[in-house]
Amino acid sequence: MSGSEMLPCGDFRTSYKADSTIFSTKWIRMSAVLTIVGCLFIPFIFDLYVLNLMIQIAYLGIAALGLNILVGFTGQISLGHSAFFGVGAFASAYMNNQWGIPVFLAIPLAGLWTTAAGMIVGIPAGRIKGLYLAIATLAGQIIIQDFFSRAGWFTGGAYGALAEPVTIFGYVFDTDERFFYIALFYLVIMYVLGTNLMRTRDGRAFIAVRDHYLSAEIMGVNLTKYRIMSFGISSFYAGVGGALFAHYLGFVSVESFDLLLSIQFLSMIIIGGLGSVSGALLGTVFMVLLPEVMEFGVSLLATTTWGDIPAITEGLAYIKEMSIGLAIVLFLIFEPEGLAHRWSLIKSYWKLYPFSY
Amino acid sequence: MNTELLIQLLVNGTIIGTLYGVVAMCFTLIYKSTKIINFAQGEFLLIGAWVCWWILNQFDISFIFAFLLCLCFMMLLGILLQVLILKPMIGQPIISVIMVTIGLSIFFQAAMKWIFGVAPQPFPIVFETKSVEILGLNVQTAYIMSMAISLVIMVGFAWFFKYSRMGLAMRATAFDQQVAQSMGISVKRVFAMSWAISAMVSAMAGIVVGMVNGVSTGLSHFGIKVFPAIILGGLDSIIGAIVGGLIIGILENLAEFVDGQYLNWGNMYNIAPFYVLIIILMIRPYGLFGTKDIERI
Repeated sequence: MSGSEMLPCGDFRTSYKADSTIFSTKWIRMSAVLTIVGCLFIPFIFDLYVLNLMIQIAYLGIAALGLNILVGFTGQISLGHSAFFGVGAFASAYMNNQWGIPVFLAIPLAGLWTTAAGMIVGIPAGRIKGLYLAIATLAGQIIIQDFFSRAGWFTGGAYGALAEPVTIFGYVFDTDERFFYIALFYLVIMYVLGTNLMRTRDGRAFIAVRDHYLSAEIMGVNLTKYRIMSFGISSFYAGVGGALFAHYLGFVSVESFDLLLSIQFLSMIIIGGLGSVSGALLGTVFMVLLPEVMEFGVSLLATTTWGDIPAITEGLAYIKEMSIGLAIVLFLIFEPEGLAHRWSLIKSYWKLYPFSY
Repeated sequence: MNTELLIQLLVNGTIIGTLYGVVAMCFTLIYKSTKIINFAQGEFLLIGAWVCWWILNQFDISFIFAFLLCLCFMMLLGILLQVLILKPMIGQPIISVIMVTIGLSIFFQAAMKWIFGVAPQPFPIVFETKSVEILGLNVQTAYIMSMAISLVIMVGFAWFFKYSRMGLAMRATAFDQQVAQSMGISVKRVFAMSWAISAMVSAMAGIVVGMVNGVSTGLSHFGIKVFPAIILGGLDSIIGAIVGGLIIGILENLAEFVDGQYLNWGNMYNIAPFYVLIIILMIRPYGLFGTKDIERI
């Protein structure tokens, strides 16, 4: 999906249209369509456990893409993404419960609601950058989290809010098999939108702000406008992801949207690859599977005689948490470009197989 | 108006504030010399307190000896972190540097919970008398000791940076790395030293807080609470860190007083400093004493 892929020999791009194309060859386009069509059959093949993981990947992946637009493409660090994820979740549940808006409409509307919230937070953020922005968004996260627990009319306070399942024309998407299609629909739409955003004038402006904001300003890019816009777009993604999360679980509680979730979003895009649309999804897959792999590892250890001690079997929650921290540190040291980069290296290795030079 | 409560809270605020000041100072020290924002500062307090607690419980030795052993451990930990993890981060973008310390903080926090459990553990009794009366106010002995230790640390820092060879080398490195290196200062050693000192001093603060409140995961909140103090004082000013810490410490207790007596909003103790943080970032991002960023094109 990115422009840095290896091209076959002799394939020179002669027009801007060819240069900014998403699928560089017919084969890639066909395989992308086939993958999506293939995904439609997933609920018939896999069991509930796998489906649950995939739905998690979908809603977290949408939010992670939003964060990647903000951090990876525009270079604005945000430690408060889970707060916006929460705003989306509560907004969707609120609109459905209080105003009777159908859930299917409430999800994108919650995205717009979150966009407004993100832009309000983005206005002060337009003035500061780098470290200061990271600290300001950290404060924002703590303040919004505090707001959630205060605003009982909006969030239900300590009791949380109930969220109805998605319904279209009387057909209720209440099981995992059915909800999977909703999640897949939004995932595909949001990723296509995200990829296309990066081909537009605004997308290029984001990248210019990230690479050298002074040069960008001299070239005529309005820094404040694009910083706030980036916050807005990233919040829209977070809001849609959060709304899906709410209607999937059926219940939203205030405690879900803490700093750790924000950090997990950041680690998704760092592990996947900053500034890569497909990287956001890869990173989400990694972060969702990591705790499962840890659980599997611990259950394997429990079958051995030396590994079956309470320190390991009862410390599973901590081992999962430690693995998140360790994954962040190790990726930053050994693979700072993320999984997307590693994937393209693997691809080019096989393409060029015996003669890799 | 409840004057007695107000004064009690102000005294508490001053004492907690000096502790914030000490932790903020450690934070600033790392930022000044290595340009790294250390999100794992709170975990230094946590590790220090747990290690000291463990040594005291495991071996039958005096408190001073355990304290020194703990400091040695923290020094090694600080140097190890710098050499193994933060050195590869030199020249990386800000986001990577921030994330690596956040990763460390998650890792250490979970590791401490795993090893020592989540329940708060009381520190073995160090002082015979639990609290003394000063001017009609009840003040815990450990708090007085914390005040004394904090002051000693601050004076020690002042002496270290003004007169000692290493301190001067650190200031030179903070001023200009390349020039310092060409004058024969080992920048590598300065980096390792600043992490070691920061870890040791934070651990002292952690032990002091642990003695009063018991050792628990809550100690790592200091690492986040310290941000308002640093921003208020200026990111790269050691004096600013102390002043900022004091102001934030007093302010959160005042906020609690106003909240408890008049407003009844709840939780203002934890939230008020962050509102201050946002306001400061809006009007004066370089803080009270920090150097103003001047950009050249």
